[in-house]
Amino acid sequence: MSSKIRVATTSLAGCFGCHMSFLDIDERFADLVELVEFNRSPITDIKECAESDIGLVEGGVCNAENVHVLREFRNKCKILVAVGACAINGGLPAMRNHLPLQACLDAVYLDGTGVTNPQIPNDPELPLLLEQVHPIHEIVNIDYSLPGCPPSADVFWKFLTDLIAGREPTLPAELVHYD
Amino acid sequence: MEQHITIDGVIVPFKPGETIMQAASAANIYIPHLCHHPEFKPHGSCKLCTVNVNGRNCSACTFPAEFGQQVLNQTDELNKLRLRIIQMLFVEGNHLCPACEKSGNCKLQATAYQLGMLDSHFPHFYKAHEVDSSHPDLMLDRNRCIFCTLCVRASRDVDGKEIFEISGRGINKHLVVNSPSGKLHDSGMEMDDRAADICPTGALLVKRQGFSVPIGKRTFDNHEISEDLDEQ
Repeated sequence: MSSKIRVATTSLAGCFGCHMSFLDIDERFADLVELVEFNRSPITDIKECAESDIGLVEGGVCNAENVHVLREFRNKCKILVAVGACAINGGLPAMRNHLPLQACLDAVYLDGTGVTNPQIPNDPELPLLLEQVHPIHEIVNIDYSLPGCPPSADVFWKFLTDLIAGREPTLPAELVHYD
Repeated sequence: MEQHITIDGVIVPFKPGETIMQAASAANIYIPHLCHHPEFKPHGSCKLCTVNVNGRNCSACTFPAEFGQQVLNQTDELNKLRLRIIQMLFVEGNHLCPACEKSGNCKLQATAYQLGMLDSHFPHFYKAHEVDSSHPDLMLDRNRCIFCTLCVRASRDVDGKEIFEISGRGINKHLVVNSPSGKLHDSGMEMDDRAADICPTGALLVKRQGFSVPIGKRTFDNHEISEDLDEQ
């Protein structure tokens, strides 16, 4: 077994913007993969999360599959991290929390501008939507949070290098922002 | 003889009648706050300015300075208390910074940065609050209101209009507008009123000014709110 630190990542009810920002560490990624190996992640396309040291979770929880994946991450990851505004407070997807779910579905799939053959998708493979979007700390215990929409590449770099070096991760004031 | 108190061991002079907050501000000492504003009579509601005075917790914005008081301000315990208070403000409202044009210039956000807030800690209420965009020049988004009453005080004490008041209790507490329709458009409010730009958050905004300053150059992008005592 590799001695590298194992990192898993996922995007739940997010836009993948946090993952894109993570990739913005650019050439530092070459240094990072000397120290870590990626397990389940959109970067590897591995579908099941094996035992990991660090789990990075982007996005809030908007459907039944999000809940399943989040619990899988909590079970498999020693350190679970809420990444970005949506994971921390629901973010922009949580703006639908003020509206009944049916009204959202009707507005998008039945009454939306330019909709042809209006029907609400009901394929059994589609995960069922939750009545409201929730931050992930309402479902499982979270060890660290990285605010930002998205957190900058430097936030990822500072956090991961601190953690890998065995230091308690800290973010200097200039790296903390909520937008 | 000059009257003084100590704040975190530092000798701070005060004039008779001043509050601890006024004495601290004059000495360039930052005490976190949101409902306090030097132009207005204190309200004492946000509790972020809680300090320890001779062993008891008090609101610095309302508590009178008295000779010999030993005040604790920047302690780990008080800042953890303040952090929980500001997290409660975030979960009771709907503060979606990425979608708010006040972001970067918002005192709620900047004070949360100051207190090291990285998460919400509490479950969010997601209580829907009414948005009033009826006024041609002003926008009232109650989702972002923190009940500091600065608009209430500014409208009443400076503008002489008494346009705002707080009504209701608990999670149903909300800002009401004193007009025949209950909306801003027939309230007599104008965009150059003192109340129009006093809001520390994005609850009361002048329209068509959003995002005029790019990210990176906004008020709190490059300095902390504790460095900004003159503007508070």
